[in-house]
Amino acid sequence: MKLIFERSRSGRGLGLLPPCDVPRCELPENARRTGRPALPEIGEIDLGRHYTELAKQTHGVNDGFYPLGSCTMKYNPRINEEMAALPGFTGIHPLQEEQTAQGCLEVLYRTQKALGEITGMDAVSLQPAAGAHGEYTGLLLIRAYHQARGDLARTKIIVPDSAHGTNPASAVMAGFKVVNVPSDEHGFVDLDGLRAAMGPDVAGLMLTNPNTVGLFDPNIRTITDIIHEAGGLCYYDGANLNAVMGIARPGDMGFDCVHVNLHKTFSTPHGGGGPGSGPVGCKEFLAPFLPGPVAEKKGDTYAFAVPAQSFGRVRTFCGNFLVVVRALTYILSLGKEGIPAAAQGAVLNANYLMKKLADGGYEMAYPGICMHEFVMTLEELKKETGVSALDVAKRLLDFGIHPPTMYFPLIVHEALMVEPTETESRETLDEAAEVFLKILDEAKNDPENLHTAPHRTPIGRPDEVTAARTPVLRWKAE
Amino acid sequence: MNTPNTLKYSKSHEWVKELDGGVVEIGLTDYAQDALGSLVFVNLPEEGDPVTAGETFADVESVKAVSDVYSPVTGEVLEINEDLLDHPEYINEDPYGAWFVRVGNVTEYDELLDAEGYEALCASEE
Repeated sequence: MKLIFERSRSGRGLGLLPPCDVPRCELPENARRTGRPALPEIGEIDLGRHYTELAKQTHGVNDGFYPLGSCTMKYNPRINEEMAALPGFTGIHPLQEEQTAQGCLEVLYRTQKALGEITGMDAVSLQPAAGAHGEYTGLLLIRAYHQARGDLARTKIIVPDSAHGTNPASAVMAGFKVVNVPSDEHGFVDLDGLRAAMGPDVAGLMLTNPNTVGLFDPNIRTITDIIHEAGGLCYYDGANLNAVMGIARPGDMGFDCVHVNLHKTFSTPHGGGGPGSGPVGCKEFLAPFLPGPVAEKKGDTYAFAVPAQSFGRVRTFCGNFLVVVRALTYILSLGKEGIPAAAQGAVLNANYLMKKLADGGYEMAYPGICMHEFVMTLEELKKETGVSALDVAKRLLDFGIHPPTMYFPLIVHEALMVEPTETESRETLDEAAEVFLKILDEAKNDPENLHTAPHRTPIGRPDEVTAARTPVLRWKAE
Repeated sequence: MNTPNTLKYSKSHEWVKELDGGVVEIGLTDYAQDALGSLVFVNLPEEGDPVTAGETFADVESVKAVSDVYSPVTGEVLEINEDLLDHPEYINEDPYGAWFVRVGNVTEYDELLDAEGYEALCASEE
């Protein structure tokens, strides 16, 4: 399809922008453009068609099943949007006087409290703008803690080999050296390997639990004890919190700090720029280091406060505020009964779909009960038929299903990682299972049809290699 | 799968070639490049950097994933193959020609396999 710049015709325009109703303010001469910006000029009808065409080329939760493992692509309830669109929230300015923004401050405060309760943490900062940003912030907390004690020898962060790639990346960004520890044959942290990595240079551990293969590590208390005995801190990556929210709390598992993804677990928009939000929570002893401002309640009024030894901001103002409004709406809609019920539904749905696929002939990387997601290995299927995880993923598109996460975690070969979430009905899961089994049948009888899939999408197989080797990121006028 | 007899291999899929003067050349095996798929990015150390046997010294990115490359020896980087930075596809096209680094002052070797041993290792990973 054409870019909006290619649709542009000189002199066209539309009336969507209101007339200026504030006094004009001129920029200083040296900050002014010398020419007009090359913005597209387009009529309203063509603009509408352009974005409709773009929308038709995407797949969102409103289009169909979206079992993208570890991403928790759950339905985003409409009431979230209704609350976020309230004029008291949209018309606010972050530099307004606190006494004129009490409602917004209350939203921040109550969300901090609710997330603290759900994760078992004493203090929460809503600043981080996404999951990896939350990881980074959590690691800065760990660093600030060790530095404040004058313990500068702690330079290593322990990361299991099944971790999300963002974990080692965040640790390196925060100035740490990453030490990988292996998983055992069940997909859990290898305790001997973990003990062997301990020493006075260990700053902390980053762990996702349930882990990346969809299993709850039964040794979690032993793991966090091992780290604490070595003088390190434990960081909980909340990527998979959806499996346990309202049932098990990272704070009770021995973790000292966490991040949660509002765009996964708490039903705020995910993908396509979100924007995301990755609040960080911590135990009391880390609270003085949190990035500020955080919302506080004094008597009946709310105010911003910067924690005493804060290492500084990680984002402007107080994070993605309207995303926080959506998350609080979700938490209050579900309540203390609904939150654990959602987690239970997520686990039930994953096990239901896993059983159907396992019975139908798909090989599970770790057979048995899973948590909110499961990982299949198509290694044997590829050997037998030549059909890869990529082929199966591409073929799913033909049936209006977003592919699962592919080739991750790296410890499973030809991996497909499936996370249905609690918001899918039994009928949707049954239909998806049928499609998966039909594709398995095709793999055995008509593998060529899978190698060339998808057949019904606007774009078949984009050339990912050329796109990565020689990316074209900018359109330029002729 | 191509596994030249003249090279030694690490269990983490790097090859080692002995050059004159105690210098060794290090690269990724044919098996590794095939498993990773088309490579789109390579990160190399700098000349003069120390490398440690069993520890990561470079990383490669394919459309599937980013993977660490481990040094089979302890020593000092004498030279890097700068061509790879612009042409990661050379690793796919000619894995045993596309060396990553040349290392000197080698003081320690990781446990290395001969071609036969390495092929057996790959077969067991299949």
